[in-house]
Amino acid sequence: MAMKTGLVPLHQAAKGSYVVIQHVPDGRSKAQLIRLGILKGQLVRCLERLPGGTVVIEKNRQEIAIGVTLAKLILVAYTGTDFLSNA
Amino acid sequence: MNDRSITDGYGLLSHEHIEKHKHIGVHVTPEETSQVKVALVGNPNVGKSLFFNYLSGVYVDVSNYPGTTVELMKGRFKSFDVFDTPGVYGISSFSDDEAVTRDIVLQADVVLNIVDAAHLERDLFLTQQLIDMGKKVSVMLNFMDEVEKLGLQIDKELLSSCLGVPVFATTATRRVGFDQIEPAIEQALRGKPDPALHHRLHGMLSITGSEAEALLILEGDEAIARRHGVQPGTERDAAYIDRRNHVNLIINAVLSEKNLRRRFATSLGRWAMNVWTGIPMLLIALYLIYLFVGKLVAQDIVNFTETTLGHQLWEPWIQGVVVQYVPASSWLGTLLVGEFGVVTMTVTYLLFLLLPLVIAFYLSLAFMEDSGYLPRLATLVDRSLNALGLNGSAIIPLILGFGCVTMATITTRLLGSEREKKISAAILQFAIPCSAQLAVVAALLAGAGFSAILIYSATIFTVFVAIGTILHRSLPGTTSPLLIDLPPMRLPRFDNVIRKTAYRTYFFMKEATPWFFMGALGVGIMQVTGLLTVWENILNPLTTGWLQLPRAASTAFVMGMVRRDFGAAGLYQLALTPHQVIVSLVTITLFTPCIASLMVMLKERGLKEATLVWTGTWITAFLVGGLLSQILI
Repeated sequence: MAMKTGLVPLHQAAKGSYVVIQHVPDGRSKAQLIRLGILKGQLVRCLERLPGGTVVIEKNRQEIAIGVTLAKLILVAYTGTDFLSNA
Repeated sequence: MNDRSITDGYGLLSHEHIEKHKHIGVHVTPEETSQVKVALVGNPNVGKSLFFNYLSGVYVDVSNYPGTTVELMKGRFKSFDVFDTPGVYGISSFSDDEAVTRDIVLQADVVLNIVDAAHLERDLFLTQQLIDMGKKVSVMLNFMDEVEKLGLQIDKELLSSCLGVPVFATTATRRVGFDQIEPAIEQALRGKPDPALHHRLHGMLSITGSEAEALLILEGDEAIARRHGVQPGTERDAAYIDRRNHVNLIINAVLSEKNLRRRFATSLGRWAMNVWTGIPMLLIALYLIYLFVGKLVAQDIVNFTETTLGHQLWEPWIQGVVVQYVPASSWLGTLLVGEFGVVTMTVTYLLFLLLPLVIAFYLSLAFMEDSGYLPRLATLVDRSLNALGLNGSAIIPLILGFGCVTMATITTRLLGSEREKKISAAILQFAIPCSAQLAVVAALLAGAGFSAILIYSATIFTVFVAIGTILHRSLPGTTSPLLIDLPPMRLPRFDNVIRKTAYRTYFFMKEATPWFFMGALGVGIMQVTGLLTVWENILNPLTTGWLQLPRAASTAFVMGMVRRDFGAAGLYQLALTPHQVIVSLVTITLFTPCIASLMVMLKERGLKEATLVWTGTWITAFLVGGLLSQILI
C-alpha cells in the first residue's frame, strides 16, 4: 500500500500531506500514542508544521499536537494518490 | 472489513461463558443494594459535567480525593450515588487523575460512559477498556448535534450490538436525550470484551477475584499489582494495540460520512496553531483579557469597590464600631483598625480588591479552557517553551500562575517529568506575578508612564527566560515531548463557565483568607512591638542604599513575605518617583513567594528545593532591583 522506500520523520512531512505511520518509538509516550491511535499502519494527515518542528496531525477528524522530539522518532511514508481514492 | 466479521468474532464468548464467572463467585454486582454507585466516565471535554450537574442537582459534595488534589464530586440522583471522575483517555495509573478515575470505576456498580460522538476513534478506546474490565456499562453518545453538522452518521444500533451494551444519543448542551439517563443506568450491561484478551484474564482472575483488576494488572498497572502482591503484566502494548485495532473495526462499521464541509470553528482552531495567524490571535486574546481584567475590573470596578465600598463605607463604619469598645490608640486598637488593621485593611483587600480580580481572572481562564483555545496555545508555544526545558503543556500552569501562583504550583504535577515540575515551579515562584499583585503593579505602573511599563515587563521577562534557561542547562535529563489531543473549538456554555469560576474562586478565597488575616496580624504585632522598626533598620542599607528607595519600603518587603500583592499594595502609600516605582515593583515581583505558595512548594517539591527557591528569590530580587536602580536612578 504505502511505499516502502522514502521513510521520513513526521516533523519533516509536508504540510497537508497524507502519510502512513511506519514506526512508533517505544518508551514513555507509547501508551498515549496507542490510545490516540497513532500506530503503525495508520493513515494520518499533516495539518500544520510549526517553526521548530512541533506538528499537528489529523486522524479521523481528531487533531493531535506532537512535540518535535517525539515527532522526529515517528517515521512515516507518503501515500500515493491511489491509496487515497481507496480510502 | 465489514461489521459481520466483528460481531462474528464474539461467537467465542457465549452467554454461558459469562455465566460461568458467576459460578467462580467472581464479581457479581450487588443488584439490590439500596444505593447503586454510578460512575460518570469519559475522555476530557466530552460534556461529562453537564450530565453530572443534571443528575446531582444542587446536592453536590465536593472533596479532594484522598492523597491528591484531584477534585471528586459526588451527587445523589433517586436511588443512585453518582460520582463524577476526571476526564481520562484510558484506565491506568499514569497520573493522579487516572488513578482517581481508576479507583472510582473499580468501586462502581454501573459506569455511564460519556462519549464524544464526533470523536469516536479517540473515545471508544476507553469504552472498550471499560467493557474489557467487565463493568456494567451504558454509552451516552454526546454531541450528536455536532455529528450532524460534521456530516457524519452513526449507526447506533450496530454500535450497541458491537459493544454489547446499550447506546443512547444525547446533546448535553441542550439537554436533548437527558430523559434517557435514568433508563441508561438501569439498563447498563456487561458488554462484549475483546475475546483474545478475555481468555488471558482467567489466570489472573483467581488471584484478584475481580475481572477489572485482573485486566489492569495484565496491562501493567503497578498500583493494582502491588495491592494483590503480584508482578504487573508486561502486555500493555500488545493489549492496547489489540484494543485499538478492535475499536477501529467497530468504527469502520458504524460510522459513515455524508459530506464534508469544514466548519468555521475548525478553521479558527487551525489558525490558532499557525504562526502567521496564531500570534495575532494570541495578541487579540491577551488584549481582550487585558480589557476585561486589567481595565474594566482592575480599574473601573475595583476603583468603586475599593474606594467607595472599602475606604469610604466599610472602614469608617467598622472603625466606629470597634472604637466604642477599644480605644483606637491602644495596641489592640492598632491591630484591629490601625494601618494594617485586621478588620479594616485586610477586609478591604480581600473583598474589595482581590475578590473582583480573582473572579475576572478565572472567568477568562474558564472561557479559554472551554473554548478549546488553551491546548492550541500550548501547541503554538511548544517550541519556545522547549528552550526553557518545558513543553507546550506547561503554558497551563504558567498562565494559571498569573491568577494565583499557589494554585499554579499545585497544577505543575500534571507535567510529564520531575524535571519539568522543578523548572515550572521555580519559574512560577521567581518570575510570575499573581493576579492580585499584578493588579496593584498595573495600577502603580499606569501612574509612572509607558516607559515604566516597558522597563518593568522587559526586566521580568528577562528573569523569566534566564531562570528557565539556567535550570534547563544545569538539570540532568531531557524534556518530555508534547503529545496532546485538541478538543474541537466550541463556544463555551455560559453556565459551565460560571460554575467553574465559582468553584475556583471559592477554593482560592478559602486558601487565601486565613493567610491574609495572619499576615496582617503579624505585621500589626511587629508594628506594636517595635519589631517593624528593627526590621526596617536591618534592611535599611539594602532599601535606601542599594535600591535607593524610601526607608518605609522595607515594610512592604515584610508584607510581601506574607502575600505578594500585600507587599505591592504596601508600596501604594509611599511617595515614589517613576524610577523608584519601577525598581520597587521589580524587586517586589521577584521577591519571595507568599506564605501559601511557599507551603505548597514545601509540600510538592520538598524542603531542599523550597529553601533553595526561597533564598534564591531574595538574592534575585535585590540583585536585579539594585542593578536596575544603579542604572536608572
